[in-house]
Amino acid sequence: MHSNTYIFIYSSVLVIIVAAILSFTAIQLQPIQSHNIKIEKMQNILNSANIENNVKDAEELYNKYIKSAIAVNSNGEILNVENAFSIDIPLEYKKKESERQLPLFICVKDNGDTNIIVPLRGKGLWGPIWGYIALKNDYNTIEGAIFDHKGETPGLGAEIDTKSFQAQFTNKQIYDETGVFTSIKLVKGGANKDDMHGVDAISGGTITSDGVTHMLKDNLSLYSSYFEKEKNLKQ
Amino acid sequence: MSSDNIKLLKNPFNLSNPITVQVLGICSALAVTVQMKPALIMALSVTIVTGFSNLIISLLRNTIPSRIRIIVQLVVIAALVIIVDQLLKAYVYDVSKKLSVFVGLIITNCILMGRLEAFAMSNKPIPSFIDGIGNGIGYGLILVLVAFLRELFGSGKIYGYQVVPQFLYDLGYENNGLMILPPMALIIIGIIIWVQRSYNPNLIEK
Repeated sequence: MHSNTYIFIYSSVLVIIVAAILSFTAIQLQPIQSHNIKIEKMQNILNSANIENNVKDAEELYNKYIKSAIAVNSNGEILNVENAFSIDIPLEYKKKESERQLPLFICVKDNGDTNIIVPLRGKGLWGPIWGYIALKNDYNTIEGAIFDHKGETPGLGAEIDTKSFQAQFTNKQIYDETGVFTSIKLVKGGANKDDMHGVDAISGGTITSDGVTHMLKDNLSLYSSYFEKEKNLKQ
Repeated sequence: MSSDNIKLLKNPFNLSNPITVQVLGICSALAVTVQMKPALIMALSVTIVTGFSNLIISLLRNTIPSRIRIIVQLVVIAALVIIVDQLLKAYVYDVSKKLSVFVGLIITNCILMGRLEAFAMSNKPIPSFIDGIGNGIGYGLILVLVAFLRELFGSGKIYGYQVVPQFLYDLGYENNGLMILPPMALIIIGIIIWVQRSYNPNLIEK
């Protein structure tokens, strides 16, 4: 039988050794892990604008097609931000709407089309959901959208990250004919084919679907003053 | 390798397989077997963790106070799992996203604690290491077999490559959607257990 003192010393030493090993591993691997996250973000941005890419060429394609990354505020003013790519969106999400830095990515494709890519963030059923939505240069029609999630139910809410769900968004519009911001709704039971502002919700994934609806509305509405300013400039 | 050690390595493949005979680690076997790649990485991760946790605990076995031995075992397992998780996040990021919580849940995989308590605490380091590797591989074999069947019939692919030719789909063949849901994994494991016991009647409980 070991004494209490022995048990205390034994467990303390063991825990300290383990802690040291773990911190060392974490620090050593940190740069590679953050690089992976950066590449994933670039891939998401490119995918939303329907640009084919893979892990290897994502960085090169990103630098080629994404001409600028800017940040605006909810009044539509362009902010003076050095690196809009690395704005921490979850962190911005905690601030008041008027104080948030809202990043935007401008993508110019080979055929000269410009896409404006907006990052999204919202709540699903079990945790955060996020995505990127690319608008054509009328600031209205959707070029493409991608969504991802932390831990939605596989087979149900998790379907938001499938191609078939995301493809529905292409060519939908976020403003109605009179120019009022309407966003896109996920309609339970299926959207009408000619509905320009609705897509099919996911059966069995109602809360995730509502989460996507809210996410689109909340995020895009913050950008709408910027979109309107840009539209007026063009006319 | 002596014949005892070979036995230690090979027994878990069949006669004392952790999944089909000891019925341990079922949860992750259902969750990560939709495709072969995550299943292989999971099998590899578990094998590394069982091997090294057995080795480390066996090296420490004479110094561990018996009153806190379970905690010490858990600390060793947890540390190894976190290291494996960090490595996966760094080097196979896409797979680590698919495996998500299941890598962390290796900590609670009964195979690990089972082998530590039953073997490593009372045996020398080398046999313990071999026992751990053997059990990890035994677990992995079942995982890969289940994943092979589920990916083939569920998505028409093997290791991500399309193997069911297009003309079969044109003739009306369809992927079986049930295969990619967890209940089918349980049924497949059940069938494997049935086949295995028909070949080895002495595994059947009286």
